[in-house]
Amino acid sequence: MHEFSIAQNIIEIVKDAVTKHQAGKVKEVVLGIGTLSGIEITALDTALESLVPGTILEGSEIKKNIIRAMAKCRQCNTQFEPEAYYSCCTHCGAFGPEILSGTELKVLSVTTD
Amino acid sequence: MHHDHGHDHHHHSHNHPSQHIELKTDILTKNNLLAERNRGYFQAKNIKAINLVSSPGSGKTTILEKLIVLLKDKIKISVIEGDQQTSNDAKRIEATGVRAVQINTGNGCHLDAHMIQHALPALKPEDGSLLFIENVGNLVCPALFDLGEELRIVIASTTEGEDKPLKYPNMFHSSDICVLNKTDLLPYLDFDQEAFRINLKMIKPEIKMIEVSAKTGEGIDELGSMFIKTI
Repeated sequence: MHEFSIAQNIIEIVKDAVTKHQAGKVKEVVLGIGTLSGIEITALDTALESLVPGTILEGSEIKKNIIRAMAKCRQCNTQFEPEAYYSCCTHCGAFGPEILSGTELKVLSVTTD
Repeated sequence: MHHDHGHDHHHHSHNHPSQHIELKTDILTKNNLLAERNRGYFQAKNIKAINLVSSPGSGKTTILEKLIVLLKDKIKISVIEGDQQTSNDAKRIEATGVRAVQINTGNGCHLDAHMIQHALPALKPEDGSLLFIENVGNLVCPALFDLGEELRIVIASTTEGEDKPLKYPNMFHSSDICVLNKTDLLPYLDFDQEAFRINLKMIKPEIKMIEVSAKTGEGIDELGSMFIKTI
């Protein structure tokens, strides 16, 4: 599953940040995960469980901020929260809205002791 | 290192102050940067790179074989093949007379930009050529990984059912063209072509759809013309 690649990248990003800022023990990592990002949270948790031990993230709390998707209809400009890419406009029913947010996959912050 | 004076190791009085580091770093940054690097390489050499994605068995390699036979006298072509194991597909492509490099991902489920970057020196694609990248058969994971391609083509087949675009929205949404293969089998199936088209347009109204049969050659000319006329 690609969540293993994602987990590896998260660990590397945190390591780089800690080195760059000469920071101490990692206490908390906050991730931003959009509902349309293509990431399955339980699979990510499994991947992190298996990859984090032995790294500087061990013992830290990894928080996941879920970023709800927001879309704008290309026909009538109504903004709405799409459940999926195939969701239609809640006002006029048109498909293929512009996705304004919800595809994010980010390490938002790292807090150290 | 800062342990130049003898102090006992109480970690809360260690030399590191507590920090809150704001990052907002894209988790796929590394792949995306390499993908852009690949993209720059392709643009500099006027190479049209095409990423073919689909589930296993929908006919990517057979379509590629037919396209190569159609186009190879008009334009130089080279291929990067991706599979977990075997070089079966690279061998099939080489049998058509064009160069192919096989990437084996082992247990990996998708190609990424780094793998493509690594394959290019061995392949040495020519200036002004077509580069087809046949991804690992998988409708889920490859969707997230930009390889630096100019076009992404998702291949579905009539034996897979009309609802695949809805079931695998990320893959279809990230693609520029959808090829529906195995039209020759329609008489033996309950496949609803119109329902497939509708489902596809629900995910991405602007996607181009082409129906082909790699077996009979139907639609292959039309598919091939999409690559030649824009070079």
